[in-house]
Amino acid sequence: MPHSSRIYGVMGEFDDPHELIHAVEKIREAGYRHVNAYSPFPVEGLSEALGLKRNMVPFVCLLGGLAGGLGGFFFQYWVAAITYPQNVAGRPLNSWPAFIPVTFELTILGASLAAVFGMLALNKLPQPHHPVFNVPRFTHASSDRFFVCIEAKDPKFQMDHCARILQEVHAHHIVEVPRD
Amino acid sequence: MSAGQPPLDSPEIRRLTPVIGPGYTYGSVTDKISAIVLTRPTSFGWFVGFSIAFSLMGMLAIAIGWLIIKGVGIWGINIPIGWGFAIVNFVWWIGIGHAGTLISAILFLLNQKWRTSINRFAEAMTLFAVACAGIFPLIHTGRPWMAFYMFPYPSTMGLWPQFRSPLIWDVFAVSTYGTVSLMFWFVGLIPDLATLRDRAVKKPLKIIYGMLSMGWRGSARHWHRYQSAYLLLAGLATPLVLSVHTVVSFDFAIAIVPGWHTTIFPPYFVAGAIYSGFAMVLTIAIPLRKVYALEDFITMRHLDNMAKVMLATGLIVAYGYFFEFFLSLYSGNKFDVFLVQQRLHGPYAPFYYALILCNILLPQFLWSYKMRHNVAFLFVMSIIVNIGMWLERFVIVVISLTRDFVPSAWGRYSPTVWDWATFIGTIGMFVTLLFLFVRVLPAISIAEMRELVAETSEKEE
Repeated sequence: MPHSSRIYGVMGEFDDPHELIHAVEKIREAGYRHVNAYSPFPVEGLSEALGLKRNMVPFVCLLGGLAGGLGGFFFQYWVAAITYPQNVAGRPLNSWPAFIPVTFELTILGASLAAVFGMLALNKLPQPHHPVFNVPRFTHASSDRFFVCIEAKDPKFQMDHCARILQEVHAHHIVEVPRD
Repeated sequence: MSAGQPPLDSPEIRRLTPVIGPGYTYGSVTDKISAIVLTRPTSFGWFVGFSIAFSLMGMLAIAIGWLIIKGVGIWGINIPIGWGFAIVNFVWWIGIGHAGTLISAILFLLNQKWRTSINRFAEAMTLFAVACAGIFPLIHTGRPWMAFYMFPYPSTMGLWPQFRSPLIWDVFAVSTYGTVSLMFWFVGLIPDLATLRDRAVKKPLKIIYGMLSMGWRGSARHWHRYQSAYLLLAGLATPLVLSVHTVVSFDFAIAIVPGWHTTIFPPYFVAGAIYSGFAMVLTIAIPLRKVYALEDFITMRHLDNMAKVMLATGLIVAYGYFFEFFLSLYSGNKFDVFLVQQRLHGPYAPFYYALILCNILLPQFLWSYKMRHNVAFLFVMSIIVNIGMWLERFVIVVISLTRDFVPSAWGRYSPTVWDWATFIGTIGMFVTLLFLFVRVLPAISIAEMRELVAETSEKEE
């Protein structure tokens, strides 16, 4: 595959989300694994068609929530009972019910920050440039067209074969995606 | 349709009243919403409205500047009434924000399709309302430049905040609420910013929207994680929004002041917050859909549903008023009984009756289908509810503080011109931010509207 260093993949375009899912299924049946689809909104069933597994975002979110909650509670305990104890008429220093509101808020804060920044990091965003943007018609991916791209790093990748499969699933504007 | 037309409010009619006008495609939805930002010339009316709002915001700057120079003595507050307008307005603004989160998070979890076209600007409204709310406790401290004392940071004095105080809970609740609302809003905006980047013609706009969209390319792998994150955020924002006004109500309920020390406060504050928030969403949505011709996206179905939410939360609030009243009498506590008498017959009684009129009596018109479908009436009603909810906070703060336990500690409160300037100034700031928002960002979520088009077209097939 001499051209694979210059070429990112082959891209085909569809008008309709159902055609896109159909195409992705056919391409995967043909044995390609490095396939990605691009759509202007989340298409139901596309993740399954691409064989995407459960993602890590919920787990990262859980870790963030635990860190926020436990960290928040024990921080308040440390402040109120250890480093800055105040004797108010002999009341207990570890007055834990009074620490619950802040613990709750920090749990939510930690989980939300982890979910958002975890999602961005796992998606490798921000990433201002990507080879798919080299395709002029790709600007429609954010409004009304659906794209599928067979990537050149796939071990089975062969330009003619990929183009033929895309033709078989009635993709239009089949183009090669240059790397730069 | 002609033979045997169903009655106006029948389920069939409701099913036929769409959440989006007929005949829209992915492309036309995108065109219509992005054109408001990208190609539509800025109208003369926009400049007029913006100038008025911006002038009021200038007044806010002057009022805060004078406050910083002179201190809180320029306000009408004095012992025993230390709270006054600052806290009334804080609670009012933060409550208004709640509808945005409710629409974007709770209605999302309940899979309510009609939220799609209103969630973006409702979330923006939340952010701007929280920004206005945040100003008040900050300047009410008297020395706002020392406000960082409220955050736990390792100071050289070895000083830490008192975590048992509801006022510190408030700091954490409101700052968490502001942060999570901002993230929720921004995550929702990312795909739309990518749309604007791809549609913008001018280079600077392409760069700005490109930077903000962070290189979003609609990859299925990205959407996969994006949807997880969005769902999680909705799930997290739901308990958060309920907690925020609960914590705000703790500012009152933890104190022993008559009329404040009651367990009904948290639920009734949350209901009141959603009530006033939906009123504000209507106040904004009605002119917005008119000016930008968005009647196909913000349909009568939306206005009708929002009016119903207003009616329902208004009834919860009425229930709260009733039990507040009943429990005070039933408790036999003479200070509580006296406070009820003061609400009915005291110097601030007109405010109490106005509040009952605005929040309980007039909204009963919303039971009528005809009234809910009268846009002008809804607009007026939404403003009445906003006023009513402001009066509620005024009554709670002022009557309790002016009628404490011993007559020697009684007092009177009246706001000064600086109180009014600050309050009206924050309204100016809110409107200014809204004007800027509709001009530079899509006021309706384009990506979610496309999803809605996909779903409605499937149903037709």
